[in-house]
Amino acid sequence: MAANYEYDEAAGHYDDQAAALRQQEVGYDPNFVPDSVKSFVVHLYRHIREKNVYEIHQMYETSFQTLSERLFKDTPWPSVDAVAHYVDNDHVFCLLYREMWFRHLYARLSPTLKQRIDSWDNYCSLFQVVLHGVVNMQLPNQWLWDMVDEFVYQFQSFCQYRAKMKNKTEQEIALLRQFDQAWNVYGVLNFLQALVEKSAIIQILEQEKQGLEQFTATDGYDYSGGSNVLKVLGYFSMIGLLRVHCLLGDYHAGLKCLQPIDISQQGVYTSVIGSHIATIYHYGFASLMLRRYVDGIREFNKILLYIYKTKQYHQKSPQYEQILKKNEQMYALLAICLSFCPQMKLVDEAVNAQLREKYGEKMGKLQRYDDEAYGDKLSRRQRYADEAFGIYDELFSYACPKFITPSAPSFDEPLVNYNQDAYRLQLKLFLSEVRQQELLVGARTFLKVYSTISLGKLANYLDVDESTLRMTLMTYKHKTHAVDSDGKIISNADVDFYIDDDMIRVVNSKPVKRFGDFFLRQIVKLEGVINDMDRIKVESAN
Amino acid sequence: MGMEKEPQKPQQVSYTVEQLVAVNPYNPDILPDLENYVNEQVASQTYSLDANLCLLRLYQFEPERLSTQIVARILVKALMAMPAPDFSLCLFLIPERVQMEQPFKTLIVLSHYLETGGFRQFWDEAAKSRHIVEAVPGFEQAIQAYAVHVLSLTYQKVPRSVLAEAINIEGLALDKFLEQQVVNYGWVIEMGQGGGQIIALPKTEFNHPELKKNSGDAVPLDHITRIFPILS
Repeated sequence: MAANYEYDEAAGHYDDQAAALRQQEVGYDPNFVPDSVKSFVVHLYRHIREKNVYEIHQMYETSFQTLSERLFKDTPWPSVDAVAHYVDNDHVFCLLYREMWFRHLYARLSPTLKQRIDSWDNYCSLFQVVLHGVVNMQLPNQWLWDMVDEFVYQFQSFCQYRAKMKNKTEQEIALLRQFDQAWNVYGVLNFLQALVEKSAIIQILEQEKQGLEQFTATDGYDYSGGSNVLKVLGYFSMIGLLRVHCLLGDYHAGLKCLQPIDISQQGVYTSVIGSHIATIYHYGFASLMLRRYVDGIREFNKILLYIYKTKQYHQKSPQYEQILKKNEQMYALLAICLSFCPQMKLVDEAVNAQLREKYGEKMGKLQRYDDEAYGDKLSRRQRYADEAFGIYDELFSYACPKFITPSAPSFDEPLVNYNQDAYRLQLKLFLSEVRQQELLVGARTFLKVYSTISLGKLANYLDVDESTLRMTLMTYKHKTHAVDSDGKIISNADVDFYIDDDMIRVVNSKPVKRFGDFFLRQIVKLEGVINDMDRIKVESAN
Repeated sequence: MGMEKEPQKPQQVSYTVEQLVAVNPYNPDILPDLENYVNEQVASQTYSLDANLCLLRLYQFEPERLSTQIVARILVKALMAMPAPDFSLCLFLIPERVQMEQPFKTLIVLSHYLETGGFRQFWDEAAKSRHIVEAVPGFEQAIQAYAVHVLSLTYQKVPRSVLAEAINIEGLALDKFLEQQVVNYGWVIEMGQGGGQIIALPKTEFNHPELKKNSGDAVPLDHITRIFPILS
């Protein structure tokens, strides 16, 4: 297999001993509470009790980051026990505080195994409280999304950590054996599923379509004195499930979990940039693996255009780096989709320009076919095919999710690292599809040039016999006629043909000028101009 | 988490299993039900992708419980679902070291041939692996249907020899097959230039591009709704 392009996380991140050492080194005192932290928790506690969502959001998004940056750059926040008495020892607030505490730890430092397990316990307690319906808070969507997102991230991180068995100490192995329920895949999936079910979010979304419920219109917030927490957590859990299924390689189930959310419209998923990107990234990736290239291209195009237009507004946000990273990954995935399914008309001009800039050269190589007659063209073609193969490997490895092996290791067998197994499998299967697609490059090149050509002649150009050519042409037809989510066959071929006995007749679909969209845009524009003019008051000259 | 086990009447078992998969899929207790359901699908020539993927997922969570025989049956069923990509979807969930064993190696080779139009190679290999494919009734017919599907996408008129190779039927049996297709599906048998038979396949938008509905300039309704406020 090819080298691991940016696949393995930083070496120290999964080493338990190094993590513990690092935290001790900086002289962290969990019981020391600076005044600014005392003030922070007191105010946050009050705002949550008073349901001041705006203030909560400000404190969560800005104050927490500022304090982290200033005081806790490489140490954890004060322990929950140290701050509890400032907030009446409120059980739920402490759970929320701990959730933020662990999130900060994972982001800035490396968690020890014990801390991973404790974080799992905290999520269990927090979700149990929410599921039992005793929570009467309104929290900002950003926070609720971060909870689900972090939950899935810590699960992924734990699986990666656990799979690196080689350097585990006796102590670690004993702990892993003892706490085998922590971050258990059944537990993770069932919590997400429970949140979806208990919140009845699927029924709410259904009823909303019939005008019987309000959810999207209020961004999920409850303006009748209730709580938004369970409903919105349930909503975001659908995206969480999509993500977990993609990590496991079950793309079909992932998309099914997402089905209640209509991604052709705005929704609560677009109210938080992180959730918007996570949704479309995983939807697009799943579509790619399901060979629904048109779906992938369409959604990647939409979101890449959106990010292009709006990323300047997120420059100060703590998610900025993540946004940029996902942006780059989605361009890589778009390049792959377009290579299998050249439908440039689905791509916006601005996105296309960016794509050319980042991957223009590589994409050219993916479709390169040598039809020159000189020299050893067969070995040249082989070289181009090998080069293209390497590029597909690189793009996939860069852009794919961090796949996991969900099962616990057998502690009795010799200790090996198996954290790359899941990734290697997905890559291998992707590349076998690439190999089959590569058979089509030659045929595609010639079909673009001819309107009619006999099988014999084309076989000659491609240096194959007629029987092989028939196979290649059938492969082309099969690969360009995908089965969509309803089981229908849809053609996504840019160049199409049919065979009449032994003659190939090529069909070139002429791009149709789209007048409808043009007129719609102009109508809206003109209306805007008229409205502007109406606002101008003409001063009468008295 | 327990659903009452209903008395084992065939239709009721499958109804209950589909419910389980929809409502309580992340539950190791339903594994035996899902395994039984696979055997039921084989016996009654039915198919459920959702249930089979659910089982493969449970095997992924608890690899010691993986049954090679069940997985092989799932994969054969998935092959029969072509052109849908179900076979790949199943492979994504099966560990690499399992895929390197038999009968999975052979099944993967068979899939490769079908994906790349290599029907002659497929039927040759299938003949060598009768024990794998004959375990599932309806296999031959399903692959023949897929072959006809691909031919119909590709050809307006296909030579008899190409058809014969693709569906693995020759001579009198092929004549009979063609008769049925003529009567039921509108196939037309003509004489080719070389003297052999040419079969004209039914016209669809895939082999007759002029039949393709031109959606080039159609404007979707939800785009029009954008200007409703203006129009009023």
